[in-house]
Amino acid sequence: MNPDIIKYKTGEKILLKGNEAFAEGTVRAGCRFFAGYPITPQNEIPEYLSWRLFEVGGTFIQAESEVSAINMIYGAASCGARALTSSSGPGISLKQEGISYIASAELPFLYANVMRGGPGLGNIAPCQSDYFQATRGGGHGDYRIIVLAPDSAYEMGNFPKLAYDTAEKYRNPCMILADGLIGQMMEPLEFNFDFVDVEKIPSKDYVVGNCKGREMRVINTLHMSTDILEKHNWDLYRKYEKIKAEFTLFEEKYTDDADIIIVAYGTAARISMAAIMKGREQGIKIGLLRPITLWPFPEKIISQLAQKVGKVLAVEMNTGQLVEDVQMAVNGKAEVYFYGRPGGNIPTGDEILGVAKDALKMKNVEPGKINVLNKL
Amino acid sequence: MKRVYKRPEGLSKTIMRYCPGCGHSIVHRIIGETIDELGIREKTIAIAPVGCSVFLYEYFNCDSIQVAHGRAPAVSTGIKRVNPELIVFSYQGDGDLAAIGTAELIHSATRGENFTIIFINNAIYGMTGGQQAPTTMPGQKTTTNPYGRDPKLAGYPIRVSEMLATLDGPVYIERTAVNKAVNVLKTKKAIKKAFQLQVEKKGFSLIEVLAPCPTGWGISPLKACEYVDKVMIPYYPLGVYKDLTQVK
Repeated sequence: MNPDIIKYKTGEKILLKGNEAFAEGTVRAGCRFFAGYPITPQNEIPEYLSWRLFEVGGTFIQAESEVSAINMIYGAASCGARALTSSSGPGISLKQEGISYIASAELPFLYANVMRGGPGLGNIAPCQSDYFQATRGGGHGDYRIIVLAPDSAYEMGNFPKLAYDTAEKYRNPCMILADGLIGQMMEPLEFNFDFVDVEKIPSKDYVVGNCKGREMRVINTLHMSTDILEKHNWDLYRKYEKIKAEFTLFEEKYTDDADIIIVAYGTAARISMAAIMKGREQGIKIGLLRPITLWPFPEKIISQLAQKVGKVLAVEMNTGQLVEDVQMAVNGKAEVYFYGRPGGNIPTGDEILGVAKDALKMKNVEPGKINVLNKL
Repeated sequence: MKRVYKRPEGLSKTIMRYCPGCGHSIVHRIIGETIDELGIREKTIAIAPVGCSVFLYEYFNCDSIQVAHGRAPAVSTGIKRVNPELIVFSYQGDGDLAAIGTAELIHSATRGENFTIIFINNAIYGMTGGQQAPTTMPGQKTTTNPYGRDPKLAGYPIRVSEMLATLDGPVYIERTAVNKAVNVLKTKKAIKKAFQLQVEKKGFSLIEVLAPCPTGWGISPLKACEYVDKVMIPYYPLGVYKDLTQVK
């Protein structure tokens, strides 16, 4: 490997937008193939990669559509490359066809959804409206995607290595679910992993090309025999159960003495921390449970905390999606509250502190039921 | 005694399940022979479409990928950009290539991607039971044109080779047919040339093959071959539409 392509030393302090940090992080993690289509608020990713991949001898393609881009990824991943695409809600919807095929073919690749307001064309402001789409597979058929939710430029830059390693370990697509604020915000970060030498990434025994000395290989998602497809579905199920058991990430803050736990990810978690710090100054004890993997969902820790604390508040930039997973994890053992700001509006720390105080005051609440704290 | 005819190594031993009189098996054999003659089997990837030829990955003795309807040129692009030394061909029908996959086709052609598309034009959706294709002839009856295709309601057939020849990206585009021996021989020549150009890294090539579909058309194999001559070829003239290797 030519050392000139490294660009940033490990641990070196730099200042980048979240989208740029993500783009550099993917190259650093070994990505050499990008195909995508412009959409706000993720455009810094393809713009950055259009020159950066050129520097490292990779390929950048601005495709004619998201549909085409994801199928270019299918081809590149079929050959074993660390491939990447990125988009925002409307574009991710178009990519779902291809993602379903790639998930069925069990090929690893990475994609990012830098979320904007929806549904439809919605708007270009930060939002968390694609949680269901991300955590339930998203396309047709019975499959799951490993979903990582960064809350900073630091995690945008460093999650790509974790994402590619995990995707390849389980032969499964992996996505980064960010939002317009995480993508557009500029903040200091450093890379915590060394620049990956792509020549040293172990070759995969399931990719196509150069069949010399072996039987031909087929990458296929068509299984006309119902018994074979049922077996394939159960094989995928077993893989997903293994991922659930082995790869669930979360961050806990101030949960030891908390009277209420906020569950939030990404931007909503960042702002909830501001509410938590301000509340602590006022003697109000709020804790945070931040899921880092949205699928697999950290249901065990939420269940444990809910039983201990008794009150759980989900804060999201939508009308309530993650809160349904929280409700399932709580399973009637605690009070469940929800506060949401959809449409691209971002809640303030004071707003979140206010609703947390409201929740703390509420009595005789039916456990397990979702109590919406927005004044509608 | 000298052996003059055998199954090409490029084809697997699986028995093809195409209908009697179908053009697919002829074109499969031509591609298999081409793979043998150019000695490229070990580095070839076949891209299987959605349609009657969806099981193509069982018929070729090389690595292959089965892809979504119409997306083969995008998948081929991904493969070739990651590994330019591989030889990639996609095999696509008229619905796959000229309806749902039109965008992928045109943009891979205009980028001049170095792979080969074998486009089977039989003017009908065979696998789904004989519905209208973008290349269905005016007046032709299908299961979704019970009164015959009326261009005023269902549009006109698309001439893919002519359309692509207007682009600067492609290097070689030819339309042939497999309805009689002389046309089969010309198809072999065209397909071999397209693969050879890819080996030489010359760029994008597409061979459009007019093929009979007796089952979908509801006529006998012999009548189907005549239909290609009398109805299809006048609308879709055979010949070379673009050949940059001839430009001095």
